[in-house]
Amino acid sequence: MGSRASTLLREEEIEEIKKETGFSHSQITRLYSRFTSLDKGENGTLSREDFQRIPELAINPLGDRIINAFFPEGEDQVNFRGFMRTLAHFRPIEDNEKSKNPTASEPLNSRTNKLLFAFRLYDLDRDDKISRDELLQVLRMMVGVNISDEQLGSIADRTIQEADTNGDNSISFNEFIKVLEKVDVEQKMSIRFLH
Amino acid sequence: MNCFFSCKRLRKTGTLPPVFCSAELQSPGNVLPNFLTLIISLCMLPFFSLNLSNLECISEWATLRMELGAKEKNQELYKPYTNGIIAKEPPSSLQQEIQELRGSANSLRSEPEFEMADIFYFCRRGVESIVDDEVTKRFSAQELKSWNLLTRSNYNFRHISLRLTVLWGLGILIRYGVLLPLRVTLAVTGICLLLVLTTLVAFLPNAELRSYLSEKVHLMCYRICVRALTAIITYHNRENKPKNGGICVANHTTPIDVIILANDGCYSLVGQVHGGLMGMVQRAMVKSSSHIWFERSEVKDRHLVAKRLGDHVADKTKQPILVFPEGTCINNTSVMMFKKGSFEIGCTVYPVAIKYDPRFGDAFWNSSKFGMVSYLLRMMSSWAIVCSVWYLPPMNREEGEDAVQFANRVKAAIAAQGGLVDLIWDGGLKRAKVKDVFKEEQQKLYSKVLVGDSEDQMEDKRSEDGTPEGDESSKDPAEGQ
Repeated sequence: MGSRASTLLREEEIEEIKKETGFSHSQITRLYSRFTSLDKGENGTLSREDFQRIPELAINPLGDRIINAFFPEGEDQVNFRGFMRTLAHFRPIEDNEKSKNPTASEPLNSRTNKLLFAFRLYDLDRDDKISRDELLQVLRMMVGVNISDEQLGSIADRTIQEADTNGDNSISFNEFIKVLEKVDVEQKMSIRFLH
Repeated sequence: MNCFFSCKRLRKTGTLPPVFCSAELQSPGNVLPNFLTLIISLCMLPFFSLNLSNLECISEWATLRMELGAKEKNQELYKPYTNGIIAKEPPSSLQQEIQELRGSANSLRSEPEFEMADIFYFCRRGVESIVDDEVTKRFSAQELKSWNLLTRSNYNFRHISLRLTVLWGLGILIRYGVLLPLRVTLAVTGICLLLVLTTLVAFLPNAELRSYLSEKVHLMCYRICVRALTAIITYHNRENKPKNGGICVANHTTPIDVIILANDGCYSLVGQVHGGLMGMVQRAMVKSSSHIWFERSEVKDRHLVAKRLGDHVADKTKQPILVFPEGTCINNTSVMMFKKGSFEIGCTVYPVAIKYDPRFGDAFWNSSKFGMVSYLLRMMSSWAIVCSVWYLPPMNREEGEDAVQFANRVKAAIAAQGGLVDLIWDGGLKRAKVKDVFKEEQQKLYSKVLVGDSEDQMEDKRSEDGTPEGDESSKDPAEGQ
């Protein structure tokens, strides 16, 4: 049975989400339908199990970290607002947005915020630094059992060496931005939502 | 609006409704059962004709009316995402994407190379799959473009206009008040006749006469069941119909698939032994023709299953076996992985593609949501079940092809014919978690990018696209749910 999308999502809520995330009306209703189809418990929130039920996400080596990014600090459920807020990071950057009101707070899908999202995938303890251990953890998730500890350790060391400019043996957010300045973040961290 | 005025009420004509004409076999040997079926059906259903083109007209009008109503109130109508929520990048290999990400030309460094930007690839793929993935949407009913006056497929259910509500109310009255009781009566008659007649036929001493009569009895009873569902079936390429000593494979959407196929020919069914009414029907059917029913414990034993199937096909006097290799019901928008068991037996495979038209009644059985009885009630209270059946040319396993590749070849042919998406994912993911081995494959691919893949480059070309290969789980011949 299809979900009763429009009836359960009030107009005011849609307007608020529109303002906060920049998605269009039809995109919000479609994503709401997706949200409800994932919500097997039908209680208006998603749990980690709901995400893990998606096979393509379950086989993604960074699947667990990505799922984590949706849940606010210490919580186990995410509601639709939180869901949209996280997805907003992946909205493509449109040209007309760049010239908009410069004093308004940065949109969720700005380059900096996209980089912050990626940074947080590494930085599990949220201390604004990627330590050697945290880097190793992510590397281990991505390569599985195929690379030895020593090799992985030397990869991690080399990466920190290249990125670290202030010598504290960890990568801060600014150093992270510097390393990635040549990468086309806008394109690589964007999903083309259809209207 | 013209459409509305011309389709104001369902037209009643005095001619025989399409329901009767579509599935008739015209060969002379079938005159008697045809005649009997006709008499019984005529007694049950008076000159009531469900003119389908009228219904289409009405449903388009209904959708138009809802859109107008929504515009009047300055609201947007929720449109089901039949075109997808996102535009996905054309699938490219993990290696290609990561090279692109890194941009530079120094991919020939001897030392393992890691870039912090590598996670963007996994990150984006992950979030894309959260927004729209290929698998989870196959396990719930397909969404329709225009409303067909059934509450169950309505996403904008609110009072738009009096006319629409009246029409919907009229629809309910007709469906539940007229169609449902008639159909239930027919169904009950059909099943009783099946039980009684097959038992009677089993008493006959002459084997040849017995098999001939049992064929006729089965066909007649299935035809009555088809009328009971008002299934309007179009068979294509009848010359490719499955013959004795072969296996017929088809995509699985609902248990009704069996009735739809058995309406046009006799098959030996394969499945688990059930209790209750199903069990009675199974025991009765076995008395007059050979079917393969497995005990629950035997289903796990692959060799036993393969042996029994093999014995059956070796006997050329026995009817072709009907198997649904997906193992579970999928919503008829795609074909999922075929389990390789039936393809290992080594006989001719007759593929059949079944495609339902969801506009008049969605046939998909969502077994996690509805039990069998409520599913059948929903079926009998839809407008009609409209489907097309294509018989594809028989296929055999080629030299050097293993069972999995053969199964995939057959699956691709069925998907192409039926206009369905060909997926490699296992239908069992409806209930089970995906196996870890697929994640390990992804990790392996990425490690190759890191460490360099000079010696493994040749070997990797096969699995380079990073998608999981067929599931090596045990065969499940039972008509899955």
